[in-house]
Amino acid sequence: MSTPSLGALDDGRPGPVAVRAVVVANRPAGAYHHLVLAVDDRTAAARPGQFAAVAVGADPDQPTPTLLRRAFSLHRATPAGPDGPTLELVVAPRGTGSTWVTRRRPGDRLDLVAPLGRPFPAPPPSTPVVLVGGGYGSAPLGWWARELRAAGHAVTVVAGAADASRLFGVDDARALADRVLVTTDDGSAGTRGRVTAVLPELLTPGTWVYACGPMAMLRAVTEVSAAHGARAWCAVEESMACGVGVCMTCVLPVRWDDGVTRMTRTCVEGPTLDGAALRWDAIGAGPGGGSAVPADCLGAPRPGGGPR
Amino acid sequence: MSTLSTFGSATFDPAAFDPGTSVAGLALANPVLTASGCAAAGRELGRLIDVAALGAVVTKTIMRDARSGRPTPRMAETPSGMLNSIGLQGPGIDAFLATDLPWLRRAGATTIVSVAGGDPEEFAELAGRLAGEPGVGAIEVNISCPNVANRGLVFACDPSSASAVVSAVTEAVGGRVPVLAKLSPDVTDIVAIAGAVLDAGADGLSMINTTLGMVIDVTRMRPLLAGLTGGLSGPAIRPIAVRCVWQVHAAMRAGILRPAPIVGIGGVATGRDAAELVLAGACAVQVGTATFHDPGTPARVATDLAAVLAGLGFARFADAVGHAHTVLARETEPNR
Repeated sequence: MSTPSLGALDDGRPGPVAVRAVVVANRPAGAYHHLVLAVDDRTAAARPGQFAAVAVGADPDQPTPTLLRRAFSLHRATPAGPDGPTLELVVAPRGTGSTWVTRRRPGDRLDLVAPLGRPFPAPPPSTPVVLVGGGYGSAPLGWWARELRAAGHAVTVVAGAADASRLFGVDDARALADRVLVTTDDGSAGTRGRVTAVLPELLTPGTWVYACGPMAMLRAVTEVSAAHGARAWCAVEESMACGVGVCMTCVLPVRWDDGVTRMTRTCVEGPTLDGAALRWDAIGAGPGGGSAVPADCLGAPRPGGGPR
Repeated sequence: MSTLSTFGSATFDPAAFDPGTSVAGLALANPVLTASGCAAAGRELGRLIDVAALGAVVTKTIMRDARSGRPTPRMAETPSGMLNSIGLQGPGIDAFLATDLPWLRRAGATTIVSVAGGDPEEFAELAGRLAGEPGVGAIEVNISCPNVANRGLVFACDPSSASAVVSAVTEAVGGRVPVLAKLSPDVTDIVAIAGAVLDAGADGLSMINTTLGMVIDVTRMRPLLAGLTGGLSGPAIRPIAVRCVWQVHAAMRAGILRPAPIVGIGGVATGRDAAELVLAGACAVQVGTATFHDPGTPARVATDLAAVLAGLGFARFADAVGHAHTVLARETEPNR
């Protein structure tokens, strides 16, 4: 991966703005909600792969008992559309915070900080590209597909989900990508099975793959990509407290360019990380199913003593 | 502010309010600081706010060596708060001096560096190196982090351990910069711990650190955090912080403890929250977890705190420090 040091903060990415967004539309989209938010110009300068952190549970001008923001990848940013500058989110009602967001109505205000995180890294010219989305992980892929095609890349989208209702963005992708493949675990749409069932036939050496979805899917996509000489970029989804790089909760073990593994903040050095640099041997292997600290990680605890 | 009768006076001019304060000789433009572990080393927040306008940036705790921190999950949201179990992840002192401190200097921030070690010698080594660095305004000695592998390492839970660390640090610093000892609320008698670190030479006290907590994931029937326990922070702990500041400031007024500045920390999200700590005895206030909710919180609290205190009739921030004790004393005077 390009060295995701603190210098990544100064890499020219659109920086975050704290903004009071106004809900323009909130439409059901299968099992999800598609929200369109009116924002300001600086917020709408977001790039594909970035995310927004939304405060939940109260009037945006009042302190809320639900302290922590919820992070959502951006479905699309539109600097100048019929509703002015907008951001769009795709939200699955999973916990109390995300459910609260899905219940906002047109005219409601949302307190959000965006854009956050590194945009998707751009592929070298004429590299063939495959975009893989699991469930609502597909949210940013139509937007990215459009930009990649405009830059001359051949773009294939693979959208997978447990069932047809949990697919997102397939129509969008059909309009924006060269080719679209659909998989569902139960066969209710497209090919029965996981995204990795159709991925091998799409990969040639040098292909760049961008994957957004559950960690197990990201790991499988990384493995299949490596087996076919393709490069996988994984947009990870870790629970985070701040989203802006100060709290150190959203870390994963990542091997940096210097060969050293560091517990790495996915909010500022990610969320998109080189699949081959993610330490899959430790991810999911921690106590309780989180990420362990690899023994060779910088500053890892030494057996029988403190870190050194 | 000489008499109660001036409270709420309509003739008072809020624009004339003097927000300046000082912590053991370190002059601050305003009394609102970031809290350690909630602002990294300033650079990330610098994309959203002017860190030079803060009273000070208190850095995430620095140790001698790079430290990975704990496995994940490291965080659990709780009612009006959160548990964290980071485990002092950090780059180590050399990287801090090479990268972070120069950035803070360039940004014009007043900087207080938080340090921790596995033993008094490590604390002293760090403090000695930092005290000679330009741009270090004070050192906060983190003897109270609950996220260490061995519970016995919480120096602030034992007067003699706390004293040993602070003695070593103050000797190494030699008066070059103020030394603040950060205390834990997880003790039976915080006045005794405060007394121990003041006797050991601390110039001031930062209180409080997080209080140890735990969340069980009921679905999985196991502790939610990889580290099992974590430090509880956020508005949920504010009353504990106010109580601790109150008790220690009262002991200073009563002559039980040597008078020393107290930096109040715990659950501050608004100007009124900060005013509670100030009226209880804090001469500066740190904003921590609320920064995760809104990175603009420290700046907003500074503005709102000035408005709250000016609205109460104070001409100078310094006059409000500990004033709740004065009010209480007047209520109990026999010939009021």
